[in-house]
Order: sequence, then structure tokens, then C-alpha cells
Amino acid sequence: MDASTQITDTPPPAPEPSAEQQRAARGATRPGDRIFLGLSRGSGIFLLVIMAAIAVFLTYRASLAISKDHSNFLTTFEWNTSLNPPSFGIAVLAYGTVISSIIAMVIAVPIAVAIALFLTHYAPRRLSGPIAYVIDLLAAVPSIVYGLWGALILVPHMNGLFGWLNDYFGWIGLFSWDDGAPRSMLTVGILLAIMILPVITNVSREVFRQAPQMIEEAALALGATRWEVIRMAVLPFGRSGVISASMLGLGRALGETMAVATVLSPDFLIHASLLNPGGGTFAQNIASKFGEADEFGRDALIASGLVLFVITLLVNGAARMIIARRAEYSGANA
Amino acid sequence: MSHAAIVEERPSTLRGASLPKWSPWAIAVGSVVVAVGIGLVAGLDSKVQWGLIAGLLFLFATYGIAAAVEGRRQAKDRIATGLVWVAFLLAVVPLVSLVWTTVSRGVKVLDVYFLTHSMGIVADSQPGGGIYHAIIGSIEQVGLATIIAAPIGVLTAIYLVEYGRGKLSRAVTFFVDVMTGVPSIVAGLFILSIMLIFEMEPFGFAGSLALAILMMPVVVRSTEEMLKLVPNELREASLALGVPKWRTILKVVLPTSIGGIMTGIMLAVARIAGETAPVLLLVFGNRFINNNPFEGAQQSLPLYIYQQYANSAGANAAYDRAWAASLTLIAFVMILNLVARGIARWKAPKSGR
Repeated sequence: MDASTQITDTPPPAPEPSAEQQRAARGATRPGDRIFLGLSRGSGIFLLVIMAAIAVFLTYRASLAISKDHSNFLTTFEWNTSLNPPSFGIAVLAYGTVISSIIAMVIAVPIAVAIALFLTHYAPRRLSGPIAYVIDLLAAVPSIVYGLWGALILVPHMNGLFGWLNDYFGWIGLFSWDDGAPRSMLTVGILLAIMILPVITNVSREVFRQAPQMIEEAALALGATRWEVIRMAVLPFGRSGVISASMLGLGRALGETMAVATVLSPDFLIHASLLNPGGGTFAQNIASKFGEADEFGRDALIASGLVLFVITLLVNGAARMIIARRAEYSGANA
Repeated sequence: MSHAAIVEERPSTLRGASLPKWSPWAIAVGSVVVAVGIGLVAGLDSKVQWGLIAGLLFLFATYGIAAAVEGRRQAKDRIATGLVWVAFLLAVVPLVSLVWTTVSRGVKVLDVYFLTHSMGIVADSQPGGGIYHAIIGSIEQVGLATIIAAPIGVLTAIYLVEYGRGKLSRAVTFFVDVMTGVPSIVAGLFILSIMLIFEMEPFGFAGSLALAILMMPVVVRSTEEMLKLVPNELREASLALGVPKWRTILKVVLPTSIGGIMTGIMLAVARIAGETAPVLLLVFGNRFINNNPFEGAQQSLPLYIYQQYANSAGANAAYDRAWAASLTLIAFVMILNLVARGIARWKAPKSGR
């Protein structure tokens, strides 16, 4: 991939011509060329404008809401926008968003990495192609379908697991359960894990497949077992790729709306236990509060959306930085 | 890995003793039998516990036996193999369950009547009704979004590949990447914030705008990859003949990569067709048929599924409709995916390498 990028990029002129020569070389002097360049550059700029506009408009509406908020926007444990004076805060939402995403990552990343290894290094070749294809397709299943499945199929099946966790690990406050419906953060985390599994698997598989064959063969020739080859040659090569894949999955888990809205039974408390229903996430709160919200209530929801926007920007930006750094050094390797 | 296979087939004297090929299966069967035995004797009713015991037994037995016969390194290798297989099987269970439930419960009410009627005079708790209005809404919203996003996305990709150098193109590349990760509900809130300023009521086209925002970066990414695959010799040959650059792009570069670009656009369409959150905020949902995306609330398939689930208070008829609509949506997305991949394979540019 790196090789093709380098070859097909328009080759840079060797002796650094002047700006004017460059413009002539690009052919921007003909009217048709000018129009076409203008159109395509305009589209690029338009994308930047949209990103800026998202930030500006969300900030504007959010500031309208927050300026009237009677309590601290960051630390309040309630969401009452219709009160006079209104009182709402994102503490519970931030906690719920982070905790459900962490659960999803803890479950999904090891399994996704294992599946990627399975597809590249363990599965019979005749199987691995079709399986990879099916996983590709599963990444395209709409989130609302995951949500419906989670609410109607997964939730009833969680009773056994929750009872078992409560019996044996209930003494760790995290896993105590009061026999409520298992529409809790743990269920949400598990469902999110299932949803981001195909995403992380796909990217990791691509990375593992690019691991240098020569080094793997050399390790095998020295008598290394397959696991040793993976640990010494494949995983170190793929580490940054796996990290960025996980960040992409994290970005998706953080912003997931419908799957959380259908499964969770929300409230505005932070629960010590992951098994008891309650809590909420940014996106879920927006979806479920939107119907009954008046204009001010919508502004308040936009304010919480702004926080979500900033969080996902940071996560995705970090993921892209890692990928970009990796592309540089693997280019030198190739 | 052919090398591993060769080594396994002909154990040389240098490698020491090794377990026979059927040993993992034997250990697996043995540990399942023992686990079922323990489960029955101890009266554990959770099947999860049985599975857990069997899994642990399998791992310990494998490690113990392999360590005794083959040595520790081989034992670790076998454990890793076992874990990778377990992880794979573990992940397959929910995904198979998802597809199976959707298909088996979806076919119950999915028929021509369901596809050609709306929910106009049917209460959520009653049987009957259909998704015609939702299909119309989905097609119009997604179609309008595609008309907006596809040209902008393709043009941006052309700029990045054919013209882009310097700060602007680096900024565009970075923000396209970041834009890919914008949660769909945030795109919805963005359009909503504009609508609040102009005090507009929900309508279909507003949803299209949010969907277009979600679609653009996906189109840019895939088109970029495709344009990079076009061999530079083609561009150079065309330019050497004195063809202006813009005609080179239109007549040489784009036709060569059109298959891949179409694939990318169709995959992007498949992605936005399943988006619920922005539609929930901007299009609002409607029980009746509304053919005009520029005025009045509309329905869409994903939103229909959500509302059938959320507003029905557990009525079975509504759940049946939700599953049937899910099956329709998945079928639509999957067909788009398969056709797109078919085009990609059929029209793939020969790289010559």
C-alpha cells in the first residue's frame, strides 16, 4: 500500500521549480483547469467549513442553555430543563458514557485481536476468506438492529450471568445485583462490545496481514512455536495498528445512540454496581429526552452533545495521529 | 502457514516427542464430559457455568498434558491456539444469534401487504399495518443525501489526490479522518441547532443534510484510495498528448476508477441507510405516507423500528413489525454491500503488479 502511494503520487519535480513554473506545470492557467481546480478545492474547503460550523453552532446553542443553568453543568446529578430555574448537569452522562465504553473495550479488544490472529495465522485458508467477508458484512449491520436484538434477546439472557456474577463476585460492590431487569451498564457494555468487534477485527486483521513474512519465517526456522512467532514478530509489528483500531472502536462506542437507548433503563444516579439498572450516556440521553423537550430543553441537549463531540474529536484525533506515525515508519520498512 | 504444516507432518528426532493430531479434540471432549458430570452432580443450573468449567478444564488439561509430553513452550503454544479458537467461537455466538433472530422473527409478518401499507389507521398495539411510508421516507432522505454528498466527496478526493499539496490538503485529510468519527447524533444536533435558529418544524430534507454530513467523509476516503490505484502512466500518457489536466481527470482517471468509486458510494449509502439518531431528531416520524421530503414529518425504516420498539409498551404485534422492518433494512444494506463488492471485483483496475 505504501509502495503504491509513493509510486502513484504525482512525482515531485526534481530541481524545485519556481512557484510560477509549478503553476504552469499543474496547468492551472487554462480556464477549464481553473474551474475544475476551483470546484474540487472548493469541496475540500467546504468540508472544513462544515466541521467549523458544527463546532460554532453547537457552541452557540449550548451557551444559550448553560448560561441559564441554575446548577453546575459539569457536576449536577439531574436533568430538569423544564423547572424554573432549570437545573441540569452531565456528571452522570459522562460517567455512564465512559464506563460503558470501558466495559466494551475490555471485552472487545482482546477478542477482536484473537479473531484477527485466528483469521491471519490459525484458521485454514479456505475458511478465513469467507469468515473475513462475513465479518465485513456484520460491520454494516445498522445499530438499531443491534439495539432491537439487545433489548429483546440479549437482556433476557443476561439473567443467568448476572445471578452467577452476584453469587460469586457480589462481595466486590461492582457486581452486586438486586434482581432488577438486567438493563444495566454491564449489558450495554457487552452489547457495545459485540457492535465494535467487527470494526476492531477488520483493522487489526489488515495490520497483522502486513506483518513482515520474512521475520515470521525466520522465527519459525529457528524453531519458534506459532505462539512465539506471534508474540515476537506479529504483535510488536501490529501494536500501533491495534491501538488505533481500538480507538476507532472506542469512538464508535462513545457515540452509539440507539443500542444504548433501547437496552438501558436510565436514571440520573451514579450506581456503584454495574449490574443494577440506571445511569445514562450522552447519546442515549439526547435520544430519550428529545421527544418531550421544549426549545430550551433542546438547547440543553445540544450542550451535552457538544461535550460528546469534543470527546470523540479527541479520541479520533489521537487514533489518527497514531496511524499517521505508523504509516511513516512502516514506509521506511517496506 | 505451510511451514507450520510441514513441521507438524514430519516430526524429526530433533523436535522431541509430540502429541498426536487428535489430542486437542480428545481433551475437548473429555473436559466437556467431566464438566457436564460436575454440573449434574453439583446441581448447577446455569449452562454458562457448565461452559466455563469445561473451558477451564480444557485449558488446564491441555497445558498439563502438553507440558508433560512436549515441553513448556509447546504447551504455551497449545494454550494460545485454544484461546484464539475459544475467542472466535465466543464471538460467533451473538453474531449468529443476531442474524438468526432477525431472519426467523422477521419473516413472520413480512409480506406484500406489509411492504405496501402504512401505519395510518393502525394503533401500535394492533396487528396489521406496514412500512410503505417508512420505505418511501428512507429512499427519499438517503437519495437526497447521496445527491449532496457524493459529488462533494468525489471532488474533494480528486482535489486531495490530483492537486493537493501543502497545508490545505493536509488539513482536509486530517479533518476528513476526524469527521468519519463524528457520532451520528452530533450531526443531527448540528442541523437541529440551525433549525432552532430559524424555528423550523421537522422535515425529511433536514435528515438528508445530517446524513450527507455523515456520508461525505466515507465517500472521500474510499474515492481517494481508488484514485491512488490509477497507474500514473495513464495520466502521463494523456498529459503528454497535450490533453488539459481537467480533461485528463474526467476522461482518463475517473473512467478507470469508476467501479471503485461506485463501490465506495454504495457502501456509504448502506451505512447511512441504517442511521437512526439524526432521523429521530430531524424527521421526527410519521404514521402516514408523506411523499414530500421538503415539508412535514416523514418516517424512515430505522426510526420505524425504534418507534415500534419504544412506543408499543411490549405489544407482540409491534415487535413483529419491528423485526420485519429490521429484516427489510438488513436485506437492503446487505444487497447494497454485495452488489458494491461485486462491482469492485468486476471493475477493479489492473494494477499490473
